[in-house]
Amino acid sequence: MANLKTSEKKSKAQSMGMHTEVLTGRTQQKFFNPDEAENFYYFGTYDVDFNKRTDLDVKDMSAPEANKEIDNLMSQGYGTIVIKNPQGKHSLGVGILNKLNLIFEGSLGYFGMGSCDGPTVRINGRVGWSCAENLMAGKVVIEKNAGSCFGAAIRGGDLICKGSVGARTGIDMKGGTIIIGGDAGAFTGFMMQRGRIIILGDVGINLGDSMYDGTIFVGGSIGSYGSDAVDSELTKSDQEWLKRKLKVAEIGENFDVSKMKKIVAGKKLWNYDNLEPTEKKGAI
Amino acid sequence: MCGIAGLIHRGKSSNVGSELQGMLQALKHRGEDSTGYALYGDTDGKNFIMRFKVGENVGEGSSSVMEDVSVYDERKKIVDQYLAEMGAKVLKEERTLPYSLRYEISYDKKDLLDFSQKIESIPGVEILSMGKSLEVIKDLGNAKAVCDRYSLDKLVGTHAIGHARMATESGVDIKSAHPFWGYPFSDVSVVHNGQLTNYWNNRRALENKGMRFMSECDSELIAVYIAQKMREGASLEEGMKDSLLGLDGVFTYFVATKDSLGMAKDTMAAKPLVLYESDDLVAMGSEEIAIRSVLPQEIDTYDPFDGEVKVWQI
Repeated sequence: MANLKTSEKKSKAQSMGMHTEVLTGRTQQKFFNPDEAENFYYFGTYDVDFNKRTDLDVKDMSAPEANKEIDNLMSQGYGTIVIKNPQGKHSLGVGILNKLNLIFEGSLGYFGMGSCDGPTVRINGRVGWSCAENLMAGKVVIEKNAGSCFGAAIRGGDLICKGSVGARTGIDMKGGTIIIGGDAGAFTGFMMQRGRIIILGDVGINLGDSMYDGTIFVGGSIGSYGSDAVDSELTKSDQEWLKRKLKVAEIGENFDVSKMKKIVAGKKLWNYDNLEPTEKKGAI
Repeated sequence: MCGIAGLIHRGKSSNVGSELQGMLQALKHRGEDSTGYALYGDTDGKNFIMRFKVGENVGEGSSSVMEDVSVYDERKKIVDQYLAEMGAKVLKEERTLPYSLRYEISYDKKDLLDFSQKIESIPGVEILSMGKSLEVIKDLGNAKAVCDRYSLDKLVGTHAIGHARMATESGVDIKSAHPFWGYPFSDVSVVHNGQLTNYWNNRRALENKGMRFMSECDSELIAVYIAQKMREGASLEEGMKDSLLGLDGVFTYFVATKDSLGMAKDTMAAKPLVLYESDDLVAMGSEEIAIRSVLPQEIDTYDPFDGEVKVWQI
């Protein structure tokens, strides 16, 4: 790979492999145009200072009030916000399209951190159904357990649950990485199209059912395989990647990744090799 | 979309009426067509408590047909007459609302099938619950409205289950509201969130075995299904495990008996449930906010997995 620091924008994108070459089926080659960069900056985002920190007690706030106040604090330049007393409220922290260090001192209900792009989040509690749905980029760490549909339709970023998760984790995911420290329920990776799921514990029935693409790594037992999910060879580079990812995720650092099972789609059902926006952003 | 909640105190009693009201009120956005409580109160265990209705709530939003209130009195008279004929002595009588009654009864026979069939042979009369600890109270409106109407907030007991209903496949009325009594078993009640897709097949088979259905609400099937399994000699847990195969659809449900509380989740885990478990308390609900209403401090909760059945004793 070329030296990325000295390359021009266009060559940088190509040097990072930001293009697709579909060698089976149709022939096409798509290169990312770095001039698209302007498409990835959101209107209404803020310059925040991570060293500027504040607490926000949401005990007596509704979810819209709390989310509005988070936005207000970001507009004042706060880059680290600690949310006190979330008490299982639904839809907290949704739609944050900003760099932000967000810490929840407690548990969230449904749809927490949905449709976010960029924040680094730590939840010192549990999350309900559909946590971080449609996450585009950033990192969300859950210290305890998570409900069903964890990371549904995420397109990028890292989503980490140190405990166990419910059913349909990573359903319809289109990119990014989901890491589970404990067990996962039925239909994990259902209809996933890209990205990777790592489960250190056991996983339930119908793993990877109707998956189009992407990869699932399992450390424990598998209840059953879903339609189209098959075993694949765990390569050296897979193991290196797993070690790196688990270390960054602060989870299972000493886990023996060489014994993990690798599950992929048995058929190439469609072309899901186009670059995701978050991958394109990496080249900007 | 409906909401269910339940809790069981182990080794002590608590104000379960007020606690369940808080849990169900937190779930009112999941449905407030009707709300129901199955409360297991502290009693001496000598007499039966029969909750029954002699008519429907025909207030705003109800799908029931208006009746002249005088028919309620007529029905009540026949109930009293039948009770006397069966040797049941009414020790205490409360009439909270014109259509809703609570009797404390001295009755020494164990089999409640004949008893129930006789009482419910009166058109318009339905036993909501029969037991030595259980009381099922259900009516139209949200949890607070029903709790206030029936003064449930002071009821002390060991465990309780409840339901906040959004009517989808049957009427907005008391007969379709949860919890359902596990007829004809004393002290058995059921609440359910989900849809059952083989309702009619199972219903026909159970009716052929002599079981009764009072509504066309698919959730009633669970109560009858498990009651039938228990009649055939199964334990509560065995009946619940069997239901995972016998019932088709998506569901999470709770069953309570005089001294236990159980949960079951379908094999696709399509309906939500959050559970908190400690040595002295188990609390569960469709959403964590239900549990938070009784345990506001930081706690560890989890989602039970697909096909999971759990039963706790008091």
